[in-house]
Amino acid sequence: MSSPEQWTHPEPGVGPAATAATPTAEQVIAGLRATSEGGPELVQLLTPEGERVPDSRWDPYVADITAEDLRGLYRDMVLTRRVDREANALQRQGQLGIWVPLLGQEAAQVGAGRALKPQDMVFPSYREHGVAWCRDVHPTELLGIFRGTDHGSWDPLAKRFHLYTIVIGNQVLNAAGYAMGQRFEGKVGDDDGEATMVFFGDGATSQGDVHEGFVWASVYDAPLVFFCQNNQWAISEPTERQSRLPLYQRARGYGFPGVRVDGNDVLASLAVSRWALDECRHGNGPVLIEAFTYRMDAHTTTDDPTRYRLADELEAWKLKDPIERVRVNLVRHENADHAFFDEVQAEADQLAAELREFCVNMPDPPKERMFAHVYEDGNPVLAAQRDAYLAYASGFEGGGH
Amino acid sequence: MATPVMNQAADQAAASTRTVTLGKSLNLGLRAAMEADPKVIVMGEDVGKLGGVFRITDGLQKDFGEQRVLDTPLAESGIIGTAVGLAIRGFRPVCEIQFDGFIFPAFDQIVSQVAKLHYRSQGRVTLPMVIRVPFGGGIGAVEHHSESPESYFAHTAGLKVVSCSNAVDAYWMIQQAIRCDDPVLFFEPKRRYYEKGELDVGATPDPLFSSRVLRTGTAATLVSYGPSVKTCLESAAAAAEEGTELEVIDLRALSPMDLTPVFESVRKTGHLVVVSEAPEEASLASEIAARVQQECFYSLEAPVLRVTGFDTPYPPSKLEEDFLPDLDRVLDAVDRSLGW
Ligand SMILES: Cc1ncc(C[n+]2csc(CCOP(=O)(O)OP(=O)(O)O)c2C)c(N)n1
Ligand SMILES: [Mg+2]
Repeated sequence: MSSPEQWTHPEPGVGPAATAATPTAEQVIAGLRATSEGGPELVQLLTPEGERVPDSRWDPYVADITAEDLRGLYRDMVLTRRVDREANALQRQGQLGIWVPLLGQEAAQVGAGRALKPQDMVFPSYREHGVAWCRDVHPTELLGIFRGTDHGSWDPLAKRFHLYTIVIGNQVLNAAGYAMGQRFEGKVGDDDGEATMVFFGDGATSQGDVHEGFVWASVYDAPLVFFCQNNQWAISEPTERQSRLPLYQRARGYGFPGVRVDGNDVLASLAVSRWALDECRHGNGPVLIEAFTYRMDAHTTTDDPTRYRLADELEAWKLKDPIERVRVNLVRHENADHAFFDEVQAEADQLAAELREFCVNMPDPPKERMFAHVYEDGNPVLAAQRDAYLAYASGFEGGGH
Repeated sequence: MATPVMNQAADQAAASTRTVTLGKSLNLGLRAAMEADPKVIVMGEDVGKLGGVFRITDGLQKDFGEQRVLDTPLAESGIIGTAVGLAIRGFRPVCEIQFDGFIFPAFDQIVSQVAKLHYRSQGRVTLPMVIRVPFGGGIGAVEHHSESPESYFAHTAGLKVVSCSNAVDAYWMIQQAIRCDDPVLFFEPKRRYYEKGELDVGATPDPLFSSRVLRTGTAATLVSYGPSVKTCLESAAAAAEEGTELEVIDLRALSPMDLTPVFESVRKTGHLVVVSEAPEEASLASEIAARVQQECFYSLEAPVLRVTGFDTPYPPSKLEEDFLPDLDRVLDAVDRSLGW
């Protein structure tokens, strides 16, 4: 009988099984280190120290970014983070049932979000609060899901930002279908073409739905950008549990390009996303982007990461903070002064206060909401069930039910 | 909560008895099964290093190693599909589906392969695997974390389906399910994971596919399983204060069902209320109602009533108290039955 180690061997006889959170020397040689270190193919325009590194391939995609634009990206990230921290605190105080933090992933999301054009469609997972912000979904509109008052309160069609999807991978196929539709309707082929962007995690890349999404999008030349945020963890499982090779390289096997971008570099994320969306709107989709980033907080507020990862790892990633490097760059080039940073801070505090105020005053949904919208065309059996229950429940009114 | 009756004298039991939560009891049961049979392996998302999001597999990877407790890639179809292969190869996989709502990516493997392989191979291939599913609502969770999908599986020939309702049963039933040579869907009442019971590991458990009368009464019968068994016991306690004695039966086995005690009870009481969190349409509650009216037609003094979740998707959690059967809804149904 062969042992499980042998079943999961990278290359028979080459190295040990890829089971450890920290890659072994053999795994490094086998190329697995790239899954946790970024690797040489990482697109980076702004170093963690805030230095702008020239890049002939990607610079054209951010050549138009002025100091004001960069300040705008900084503002987006600070506000997004502030919303995230406030919501996290609201959960701690019992105002939300759960919160899914995006801490550390602001640059990946804001870069992608600001690359989108109004005509584009977005399919998020459940952590995309930064993308939501860029699609003008107000942070207060996210709260219902986490407070338990609704399953998503914004209009996904009007915002061109689909509802959050919790079942890992489901939305990737939905996005592929939407993008196929964009092509079938002839909305692809020039600068004004449409594209779709779908967000999912490193863990999600193991799901059949994601692989099928790759197949469908490629076979139908769909204008779809697969935006995979590799935040190194799928709850307690490191990316090594999902893949033997860097995730962006998967694209090749499906016949489309894949790029790994520094997900903590908002400029690089913007550049690569703009390129990918352009490719798609001109009919050269799909494209896979792997944004290499880090989930700096717990998976959700119910998770305890101390059970499976070392604090050192977080400390190392803090040095690559997505917001700090932009701040340093702005200061170094005298593109922002104290007043600007104070202003953004004040705006963030104001937004957080607004979020809190909104959250604590959210009314509970009325009972009849449970029965509403199950069908477009109604259902007499359900209608009878609703009427019977509401009549029954009204008997308790004022009775402390 | 009434403790199930074990075939052992109480004083003797006291020596080996300990107070455990339902979750811990499952953990102990899994551990015992792994110690008893080296072919038992545990697989799922986050079951290893983390010990599962509910900690049901806590410590197992540390003690049995990464070859027997597998933190799998994130794909339920993959978990179940590979477990089928492992079972063909002679292993006894115990798969964890992290939450009820995430079993559906594996639905194809479960219905097409797990359920049918024994039949298709004319009994040459057995699939002794267990699929553990924390199920049901009441924990204030977001979408897909509170569902009761057991009817889909009871509806599928070739699968056995059970659900424990208390800490003591959890310990025995998980081991019995693992020893079973047929595939077993094992539904765990997640909102009861922290309920405590007095576990005597020296006791002799009831057979896996048997229901059990937890409380005797003459006025009406309540039948339930999983998380709403406790609701029924509380309802019966409340009714008793008003002088109405309700009989409470914990189904335990959902497929095949052991309805003999239910028939006997209904012949005595003439009234039956079936309680379950799952939506009503085409549900196990409906199946029980059909069988009871067939077997006990002349004993019934009222139609069998079902107190279930509604035929809606599971609602946002602020509405789940309305969705889930509670004491008031159970007693309202009892009143309607008795007043028929
Ligand atoms: C089909 C399915 N299985 C399991 C889960 C439970 N679950 C929620 S998030 C998660 C990990 C996801 O990891 P990843 O794709 O890397 O995204 P991240 O949470 O890191 O953003 C799991 C297993 C789920 N939501 N859906
Ligand atoms: Mg991840």
